[in-house]
Amino acid sequence: MDAPEHLFDDRTPGVEEHEATASYTSYTVGLGLAILATIASFVVSQTSLLWPPGIPVGLIVLAFAQIGVHLVFFLHLGSGADSTNNILALAFGVLIVFLVITGSVWIIANLNSNMMPMSMQ
Amino acid sequence: MLGRLSWAAIPFNEPLPLLSGAVVGIVILAVLIAVTVKGWWPYLWREWLTSVDHKRIGVMYVTLGLVMLLRGFSDAIMMRTQQAIAVGSAQGYLPPPHYDQVFSAHGTIMIFFVAMPLVIGLMNFAVPLQLGVRDVAFPVLNSVSLWLTATGALLINLSLVIGNFARTGWMGYPPLSELAFSPDVGVDYYLWSLQISGIGTLLTGINFVTTILKLRAPGMTYFRMPVFCWTALAANLLIVAAFPILTATFLMLLLDRHLGMHFFTNDAGGNQMMYVNLFWAWGHPEVYILILPAFGIFSEVVATFSGKGLFSYRSMVWATLGICILSFMVWLHHFFTMGAGADVNAFFGIMSSIIAVPTGVKVFNWLFTMFRGRIVFRTPMLFAVGFIVTFVIGGLTGVLLAVPPVDFVVHNSAFLVAHFHNVIIGGVVFGALAGINYWFPKAFGFTLDDRLGKASFWCWLIGFYLAFMPLYQLGLMGMTRRLQHIPDPSWQPLLLVAEAGAIVIFCGILCQLAQLYVSIRTRERRLDLSGDPWNGRTLEWSTSSPPPAYNFAVLPRVETIDAFWYMKRAGRHPAEPAYEAIEVPRNSAAGFITAFFAVVMGFSLIWQIWWLAVLGFLAAATVVLIAGWRIEREHEISAAEVAQMERASEVRHPA
Amino acid sequence: MTIAAIDRAPTEVPTELARGRGGGGPASKRVVVAYGFWIFILSDMVMFSALFAAYAVLRGNTAGGPTGADLFDLRSVFIETMCLLLSSYTCGLGALSAERRQPARFFTFAILTFVLGAAFLFIEVSEFARMVEKGAGPSRSGFLSAFFTLVGTHGVHVASGLIALIYLMAQVIAKGLQATTLRRLLCWSLFWHALDIVWVGVFTLVYLMGD
Repeated sequence: MDAPEHLFDDRTPGVEEHEATASYTSYTVGLGLAILATIASFVVSQTSLLWPPGIPVGLIVLAFAQIGVHLVFFLHLGSGADSTNNILALAFGVLIVFLVITGSVWIIANLNSNMMPMSMQ
Repeated sequence: MLGRLSWAAIPFNEPLPLLSGAVVGIVILAVLIAVTVKGWWPYLWREWLTSVDHKRIGVMYVTLGLVMLLRGFSDAIMMRTQQAIAVGSAQGYLPPPHYDQVFSAHGTIMIFFVAMPLVIGLMNFAVPLQLGVRDVAFPVLNSVSLWLTATGALLINLSLVIGNFARTGWMGYPPLSELAFSPDVGVDYYLWSLQISGIGTLLTGINFVTTILKLRAPGMTYFRMPVFCWTALAANLLIVAAFPILTATFLMLLLDRHLGMHFFTNDAGGNQMMYVNLFWAWGHPEVYILILPAFGIFSEVVATFSGKGLFSYRSMVWATLGICILSFMVWLHHFFTMGAGADVNAFFGIMSSIIAVPTGVKVFNWLFTMFRGRIVFRTPMLFAVGFIVTFVIGGLTGVLLAVPPVDFVVHNSAFLVAHFHNVIIGGVVFGALAGINYWFPKAFGFTLDDRLGKASFWCWLIGFYLAFMPLYQLGLMGMTRRLQHIPDPSWQPLLLVAEAGAIVIFCGILCQLAQLYVSIRTRERRLDLSGDPWNGRTLEWSTSSPPPAYNFAVLPRVETIDAFWYMKRAGRHPAEPAYEAIEVPRNSAAGFITAFFAVVMGFSLIWQIWWLAVLGFLAAATVVLIAGWRIEREHEISAAEVAQMERASEVRHPA
Repeated sequence: MTIAAIDRAPTEVPTELARGRGGGGPASKRVVVAYGFWIFILSDMVMFSALFAAYAVLRGNTAGGPTGADLFDLRSVFIETMCLLLSSYTCGLGALSAERRQPARFFTFAILTFVLGAAFLFIEVSEFARMVEKGAGPSRSGFLSAFFTLVGTHGVHVASGLIALIYLMAQVIAKGLQATTLRRLLCWSLFWHALDIVWVGVFTLVYLMGD
């Protein structure tokens, strides 16, 4: 049962429904970018292209790039008003993931540093 | 063949659990026989067990919560009694291994099977009605959630008579909860019962976030939603964000116990502190999941019974969202004493103090709502006033505890126990009781007896203060929590006062049971014919009591906050609207049957009857696959039938 | 105004008319289901974050046993990663074909997705078996417990996804590409893309930084 046509619906995260040629292109472009970023990650971690202490940073940046490619090209998360709910939900999720991981790492590192010295067990 | 299960699992040589188990068993048997003899099974199956109607599911959740309150409270009074008499050379009647199970079960049951079901049940009942829609986003999942929660409750209760429960406290900290120190099934009962009900709760979170954000009546923009819906949104966002952490943490403990892994063990590189950290990363949002809907209920109750709109709706909304986000930034205050440095403790201490601010905003908003209102002191309003006073005291002791040096003195003492009971009873329990009294007429078509309601309020209020104020003092005097034997006789007078308080609370519970009984017997005197017994402000009061299955024949067109109030003021009595056919979801047995197999699977996992566990899992999965095969899930009520039902009900919708 | 026109509509949709997020009344079933599934996926991400946190904390706790550098074979990790990434691509193309009601193309892409996903799983299980044989199983140390659980949970999700794909393909054969089956395929593809996103985290933080 279709809604009255003057009402606007939100966009679903996922399939790009109604733009004909744009979509095959978007997936293929996304794939290409993702492959590049993936290869770059492996290269960065294996060669001495990057200053060694900067390798983790480089890897994280490339990981975010790959995730971004997935979100934009495969999940079609846009910036329009009809994607707002999806973006807000994503932002909330990202915040929680960040808090859980960095919070735990910070807390446990702090706690571990206050432990009595242990023999390597 | 039967894993670790044997006749030795039944506590034949322990009179207390055996007797209580026997009594409960007889009561259940009696109920089942009565239902069979009276031929109520078809009705029960059709109207309740397979219902996907949010109103019915809400009622069942609340019923589960109230029944489990009786079990959780029996644990409480057992502990109070033991502490009151086991002083000096007296040993009391409850030996340590049992006392440990009692306090573990008390906490687990009260949080997961009383407070959560009460709060989720009230949200289930009221949110779709307040949003002006017909049901939640995923009605069948809603039923699954309910029955999986019931599965968890059943498993925990089975531990009373088959095997034993955990002795680790409701938090289950390793290394005590690891296999080396808890080799029996107790911790497994705890873990599997909570994992299974946790799935149900997570599905509820997803359901309600989607409902509130995507399903609202036409014209109901975000800032025209009732405050209860905002608090429900925040609580369900927290469920979605926090419960997966608990799932992962319990998974890791289960892997340690059953596959010999080393997440939290003492040896081979385990880190026990990580459990505590992750547990409370869930645990702190959990308490906000409990309290936010209670805040929402009080917002509705205070506004309705003061005859005024809620003071500063916008700041209420922002305070709610602020609490939601901040609740994820304070969790270390549950383990200040575990040894983190000053910088970490200071950060979380400051955040914990900050989170008190939005709650303070809410308290002032309630007070300003009452100021110059025309206050009607029905039972829900009494609970609201009792809540404001009690919760403020509990919140103040919370801010005290948020200061790390103070916490170092009173962590895990009776002071802490008093604090969290203060906020949970004063906040969540009072909120649930207020909500039950408030929405009961909408659910059943008649109000509850108000005198007995007030009596139960006074008993709960006085009982609470008698039972828990002494505990603050005892904590400052050095008494720790979970003591099976009291070493210092000077503590006994206060413990006797606490015992008296527990007895007064028991009277409050008796008054509630009496209230239910009397209200049902004399319901003809208190019928709610208008659908609006309290002169309410929100949309649920625009329906008949009880509402039809489809809630609203025509979805209301919302133009303001407090939509119903303004519809009444505008006084429109339009001609009968053009009724259209309405699609209602069909009943589904998927929830009930999946939960049945979940019980089989859970019980088998606990007792390590692997073949039965696999069978149970496969059966549950099959039910899911069969239910997922269905395409047509609604049945249509024709326009003519709708018209007939609407005309038969005596309520005319002002929209 | 047709649905195509909605896509070309101004991005600023008047709030009173916006369904779901504004005052336009309840959103359509497709939007509701997709959003609910999106929220479920976010909850799954939070669960993975707890497992990631545990891994981050325990990665140094090798208890005198083998470390990541001793065990990880980056070549097979690269092949696994490519398999999963390509399967995300074929999944997307399959979803497009389904939306356009092209069953033959849909099944082709769906089967390709399945094969690539199964290849990923095969490589991963072989890697696990190899490690266990060397005595580096999950019960050897905290590090290995965390590794096997994090990567293994992802693998279990992939396996469940493959089973679900077979189930959904059967449904499409039985009932065709109609609104309900399309909704379910949409949810499945959301799930599959999300698993690839988690894998990006896994191979970056576990394998590439493990050296």
